[in-house]
Amino acid sequence: MTSSPYFSLAVLFVAALGFGLTPLGLAWLWRRMLAPAKPNAIKNAIYECGLESQGDAWVQFRPAYYLYGIIFLIFDVEAVFLLPFAVAFTGLGLEACAAMLVFVLLLVEGLAWAWAKGVLAWE
Amino acid sequence: MAVDEKLKIELGKQGVFVTTLEELYNWGRRSSIWPMNFGLACCAIEMIATTMARYDLARFGAEVFRPSPRQADMMIISGTVTKKMAPQVVRLYNQMAEPRYVIAMGACAISGGPFKQGYNVLKGIDRYIPVDVHIPGCPPRPEALLEAFIALQKKIDGQSLTGENRPRFLDENAPGEFPVPEMGEHDLEPPANKNVWTVPVVIR
Repeated sequence: MTSSPYFSLAVLFVAALGFGLTPLGLAWLWRRMLAPAKPNAIKNAIYECGLESQGDAWVQFRPAYYLYGIIFLIFDVEAVFLLPFAVAFTGLGLEACAAMLVFVLLLVEGLAWAWAKGVLAWE
Repeated sequence: MAVDEKLKIELGKQGVFVTTLEELYNWGRRSSIWPMNFGLACCAIEMIATTMARYDLARFGAEVFRPSPRQADMMIISGTVTKKMAPQVVRLYNQMAEPRYVIAMGACAISGGPFKQGYNVLKGIDRYIPVDVHIPGCPPRPEALLEAFIALQKKIDGQSLTGENRPRFLDENAPGEFPVPEMGEHDLEPPANKNVWTVPVVIR
């Protein structure tokens, strides 16, 4: 068994497990044996900023927000890459220009799609 | 079994260090008080100054300000407690883990201070929660807050873990929940927690 090439891996695996589980076990023991537990309804409540929680946390968000986020990303990424491109424009060849054109057109395509879908109209 | 104080010093001179479990426990407790990240008014500015390099609260092991009451041991009532804020303060105190301590910092926190005659200021947070150390001042200087820390550490050091005068958190029957007041028609209801605070009798 010890001659197996995976033996050292198994030992390391057990050590890694122990490394993670031992503190958890110690914490659990500490809680069981020593911690002065004084639970009450207020202490076990969810919200932590002093106010009582109101309503349900499981609410639905409108997907319009996420669409807006993604469309923002179009302009964001465009600006990030276009700026260094514009700064180094005079020193760049035709290939770089073509690559940038493809990049911009890809993003514009997404924008055009969103526009056509009516996403940009905020209700 | 406590060791005789003189014998302990004598042994210490010989290079033998003697301690008790209680001493070790209290040493750990007093050296790792984590305050709650909670400022109410202008005293909070002095509290912040206390944590910074010049006054350096870290010397007392209390620099770890926690933004959640679940991880905090100590609440510094740093400033004016309005009647609107008092329920939140009491609820946060209730949500803190045991053992927990309270320092009432400044004139407002201990008595209402300059706003005592006002209609909307609580006349001392000790009406609702047990306060360990009161510091006067408007606001108290950082040195005063450090003094309060040292006083609290001394208090923790002097507590025994068993017997009649053991601290509240080790007493099974001691209350762990302090009722949160609610705003009534004219004042907070109840106006004070009877188990914590009684009307002081003024002897003239």
